[in-house]
Amino acid sequence: MTDKILLAHGSGGTLSRDIVNNSLISVLGNSILNILDDSAVFTANGKIAFTTDSHVVQPIFFPGGDIGKLSVCGTINDLSVMGATPLYLSLALIIEEGFPTKDLDTIIDSVRKAADEAGVKIVTGDTKVVNRGNADKIFINTAGIGIIPEELSVSGHNAKPGNKVILSGTIGDHGIAVLSKREGIAFDTELESDCAPLNKLVADMMLVSSKINCMRDPTRGGLATTLNEIAEQSGVSIRIDEEKIPVRREVAAACEMLGFDPLYIANEGKLVAVVEAEDAEAILMQMKKNKYGHNAAIIGTIEEKYAGRVVMKTTLGTSRIVGMLVGEPLPRIC
Amino acid sequence: MKELSSFRQSDLAQGLVNSINRHATKEARFMEFCGSHTVAIMKNGLRQLLPPTLTLTSGPGCPVCVTANEDLDKAIALAKIPGIIVASFGDMIRVPGSSSNLQEAKASGSDVRVVYSPLDALQIARTNPGKPVVFIAVGFETTAPTVAASVLQAKQEGLKNYYILSMHKICPPVIRALLDSGEVNLQGLICPGHVSAVTGAKAWDFIPRDYGISCVVAGFEPLDILQCIDMLSEQAAKGEAKLEIAYRRSVTYEGNLTAQKIMEQVFEPSLTSWRGMGDVPDSGLKLKPEFAAYDAELKFDFDPGPTRIQKGCICGEVLRGVKTPSQCRLFRKICTPLNPVGPCMVSSEGSCSAHYHYGENND
Repeated sequence: MTDKILLAHGSGGTLSRDIVNNSLISVLGNSILNILDDSAVFTANGKIAFTTDSHVVQPIFFPGGDIGKLSVCGTINDLSVMGATPLYLSLALIIEEGFPTKDLDTIIDSVRKAADEAGVKIVTGDTKVVNRGNADKIFINTAGIGIIPEELSVSGHNAKPGNKVILSGTIGDHGIAVLSKREGIAFDTELESDCAPLNKLVADMMLVSSKINCMRDPTRGGLATTLNEIAEQSGVSIRIDEEKIPVRREVAAACEMLGFDPLYIANEGKLVAVVEAEDAEAILMQMKKNKYGHNAAIIGTIEEKYAGRVVMKTTLGTSRIVGMLVGEPLPRIC
Repeated sequence: MKELSSFRQSDLAQGLVNSINRHATKEARFMEFCGSHTVAIMKNGLRQLLPPTLTLTSGPGCPVCVTANEDLDKAIALAKIPGIIVASFGDMIRVPGSSSNLQEAKASGSDVRVVYSPLDALQIARTNPGKPVVFIAVGFETTAPTVAASVLQAKQEGLKNYYILSMHKICPPVIRALLDSGEVNLQGLICPGHVSAVTGAKAWDFIPRDYGISCVVAGFEPLDILQCIDMLSEQAAKGEAKLEIAYRRSVTYEGNLTAQKIMEQVFEPSLTSWRGMGDVPDSGLKLKPEFAAYDAELKFDFDPGPTRIQKGCICGEVLRGVKTPSQCRLFRKICTPLNPVGPCMVSSEGSCSAHYHYGENND
């Protein structure tokens, strides 16, 4: 392999085969992918969840992860919060000419580690190389499928008055970690992105309860935007308690400095679950046993009044509306 | 986190609220001049803690909001000059001028870059020696010193392609103009904390002296603001009007003398136009003649076109404290943060934006 990716690596010719064999198959290979036909062929039984996500994070390497890990976890989490067991992923790379081959290898290694941890397989993929300047280093698209138990119905439309809202841990870690390494506003912090596959956490939760009505991963737009989406889809209001929402000290400090609100900062390894009140404590206890749910907390309740709204009790005891994220307060983060 | 939460403790807040209740026996209206105070008050729901005798009114202290359309039009016209790089604070690029904004100019091919500091704009000038770089200099006494420093730095380095479009404004003259207009009847003024850190509390001496209105300089945490309101209420109860500081960890009577000196070295007061208030003498800052080489307005030939004010928008009245955002018929209906008609909905410090994001029950 050359030490930089060349346009010819995306041409479909021998250099393309070179990159596929040396950088991809040798790391990600499995019995389905190795066939190298035009489509992956496999059997899947049951109700299928199918999702796709493109990743354009900048910088591509950040504390706690990189674009490879992010692109796998993002799709796994989108499947997981539907109650699906993720099985197979596709991986499509758009690479800028001149991209260092060793960086590609690092990214693909992260893809493998994240897929291994979650127990999913990369079964098909694509590589394109574009002229220098036509993409920013590397963009990755992943799509994935998972199987949902036949009787399960987890949806943003299912939140009901009286339900409890559980958050799986601290908010804002990913957005602030990425921001801390951005050119122009870089600052020193020990903080790492929370980027992680949540399928095992969800499996743990479903072991102890069948009364999980709705789950979401609060990525772009943060917790506030996710809660607003649920309130709107289900036609309910959500009352949350500021004191109960876990925020790391570093995140709170960075937000204060930059004028951001942690409620609107992206997460890549967190989920929000709306569950029947009688099962809330049991689900919470189970989540706390999982390494990705240590800091889980019950942060609020679903109510009827002010449907479509999210209202927060502040630490001062007053209340305020928490709206959707409007516009683009932050640079590209996922 | 401790450093922050110590300013947000509910038991301390309750103590201050009890004290405010004891003092605020008579009707009184206080104005928070500064947009950051408006946001902190709305975001923390502080009005819910105050007795019905007290009314808080927002003032013109949002530098983006008070920038007049004619000035915005200049910035947009500059951005359209081929080959020029315009650097601006983020909020400014979405503010509508007479018929467009910097964001639209960017989408049409202008080179508009968002920076966090004028020193970033200076860096753009260093790395693009063949192109003129214009920094859109907006802000009160808080930002003017760093812009002045950037001009001095450019001069020292011999940079020939760095310019500023000065739309700076200073606060005391506009407060005087507001009080002279007699439109708002105030008993107290919550004085801006960050501006005062530079100017010193002395900048507000004239308000109790000439107008008999109490002044307290406040910080931006909920407890800072409650303490300030308590001090204003106590003055009102005693029939006093004096200047006090409730933000001693940042503000002194004399202020930051180095920052004041650097501002005076580079800028001189000028007549400038404020949205909603029109021309106010000596309330702007323009480059002194010896720094004319850095003045984008003198350097470039551009035509901002005729000025037009958005129909139905009451930002001007909101900025004067005469009306509240919910009294605007465009508010929440046509004017939203995604489709802002006036600047008070664009700026993160704008009253309309604060009411939109944090107001209860559609207020």
